Amino acid sequence: MISIRNISKAFGRVQAVRDVSLDIKAGEFFSLLGASGSGKTTLLRMIAGFEGVTSGTILIDGQEMQEYPPHLRPINMVFQNYAIFPHLNVRDNIAYGLRRLGLSKARQDEMVAEMLEMIALPGYGERRSTQLSGGQMQRVALARALILKPKVLLLDEPLGALDKQLREQMQLELRQLQQRLGITFVLVTHDQEEALTLSDRVAVMAQGRVVQVDTPTGLYERPKNRTIAGFIGSMNFFAGTVHRHGTPEIEIEGLGRAVMNGHDDGRPDGAAATVAIRPEKLVLTAHAPGGRAVEGVVQARQYLGGRHMLHVGIAGRATPVAIAVQDGGAEMAPGQPVWMTWKDDSILIMDAD
Amino acid sequence: MARYTGFYQPNRPLTVYAAIFVLVLYLPILFIPIFSFNSGVYVKFPLEGFTLHWYWDLFQRERLLLAVWNSIKVAAFVSVLSTLIAIPAALAIARYRMPGKAPAAGFIMLPLVLPGLIMGVALLTLVNSLGVQLSLVTVTIGHMVICLPYAISVLLPRFIGFNRSMEEASADLGEPPLRTFWRITLPCNFPGILACLLMTFTISFDEFFMAFFLSGSQSTLPMYIWGQLRFPQDFPSLLALSSLILVFSFALIFASLKLARIGQPTASETKR
Repeated sequence: MISIRNISKAFGRVQAVRDVSLDIKAGEFFSLLGASGSGKTTLLRMIAGFEGVTSGTILIDGQEMQEYPPHLRPINMVFQNYAIFPHLNVRDNIAYGLRRLGLSKARQDEMVAEMLEMIALPGYGERRSTQLSGGQMQRVALARALILKPKVLLLDEPLGALDKQLREQMQLELRQLQQRLGITFVLVTHDQEEALTLSDRVAVMAQGRVVQVDTPTGLYERPKNRTIAGFIGSMNFFAGTVHRHGTPEIEIEGLGRAVMNGHDDGRPDGAAATVAIRPEKLVLTAHAPGGRAVEGVVQARQYLGGRHMLHVGIAGRATPVAIAVQDGGAEMAPGQPVWMTWKDDSILIMDAD
Repeated sequence: MARYTGFYQPNRPLTVYAAIFVLVLYLPILFIPIFSFNSGVYVKFPLEGFTLHWYWDLFQRERLLLAVWNSIKVAAFVSVLSTLIAIPAALAIARYRMPGKAPAAGFIMLPLVLPGLIMGVALLTLVNSLGVQLSLVTVTIGHMVICLPYAISVLLPRFIGFNRSMEEASADLGEPPLRTFWRITLPCNFPGILACLLMTFTISFDEFFMAFFLSGSQSTLPMYIWGQLRFPQDFPSLLALSSLILVFSFALIFASLKLARIGQPTASETKR
């Protein structure tokens, strides 16, 4: 649906987007996730046509977009501050884009009524737009864009200004709406949770580049770097060193060696890497098990409802290791010796930073 | 020692100072309406008696009414034309990067501080050398030269503060640039444009120097007042006339200032 090929954008000497290529499929809920300054908004504005591209091409539905100004592109957008027209009432805001379609007044009213129904604000047509709450403005902005039945809807941090409860409710509504209409949604957000809960796929951006494009599960299970690994849940990071004498192994700070197996991404012998292990992938026992195990001392214990998070100090490592314990956590009190074991395939190897 | 009441305690000396400041500014002006109701012909205390005669007298003067009509015509043309001309200029200054923009913007504002006398002589020289007949048209042109900087200074902050994502949204919804200007930019900035019309109307209506140099046989209201100052017995009527002009001008300027603030984006609305 949208093909972004080798797009770069420079503002003067500032390189906002660097050689980004992405393919967004029809009907997909796609997110651009990154901190401010990562280039995600610039990329979205280039798709919308508000910014020109410095190099590269953008295709929508197979058609090159370079020569099309924003008003001729088959996309619509929900703006960060909603950009509701203050001098028009709700109905005229929603019907704004219908003018050039030359529809009858009755047909327009009908379509607006349908939209008001869809955004759960029936009867709000005559309201002044300045009287709307943040959440209502957000819905009106959505209706105003969707009434034109675009192939792609762009959303620029649409929920950023809402409070937490309303945001979660709107996230759910947004997802349901997208699934019902089957329109391609491209969402820009800096909120990792929002991106991961809403999207089919997420492009993680940093410093103008796309770091990783993956499904939320993929980002969770195969994060490309420390930042992405820290997106959801907690994560233990260890310093590691690659060993390639015989079986490829990695030496993990405080834990000893692990066979790389499926995680081997061809790093050379002696290379430094970061090893990440999820707290739930480590197994903790109160008694020494047979086989490979690392002994440690419980330093702190948190009750997380149904399970415990134990922070265990081990020799050769300054920060304690976090381990999630489903059963038996109550018996492991601070100060008590414990043993931790893990499977080699539960480790993640990424660039040291 | 008096009890310390906090960093933001009221400051009495400053309050008194401010009151005196305002008094000195407006005291001279206050004499005009006071003496316009005085039944004596001469401006001196004590006041003799209350009368509305001088006001009634104004409406008996045909040349005065003609001058008022001339002033209204000129002011109407000046306000509409200078606002129409100032809108694109202010938009260009507010939005686009162009070479020499800073000096250009500076020069646009310069007539604000040039003495009216000099501007008047300059324009008269120009008009004479072009061989143009002096008339209300030349007055209108002179007034536009004076009003344009004011018009831009009223419109510019509006356009700079205007959130362009409104226009982006309009384009995004399929409207080409001119349509967007007509449907979004103009109506969203309507209070500022109205303020600009009122401001330029008032300035033109009250202007003397340009009218003095550039008007031919048809005089504007300030010209009429200037002409009548020679006749002492007319002076109280002129005071009555001046009072009316004062009220009228104040009302327009207050309305203009008030309008200029309507719908201005507040600090909480973030800009990209």
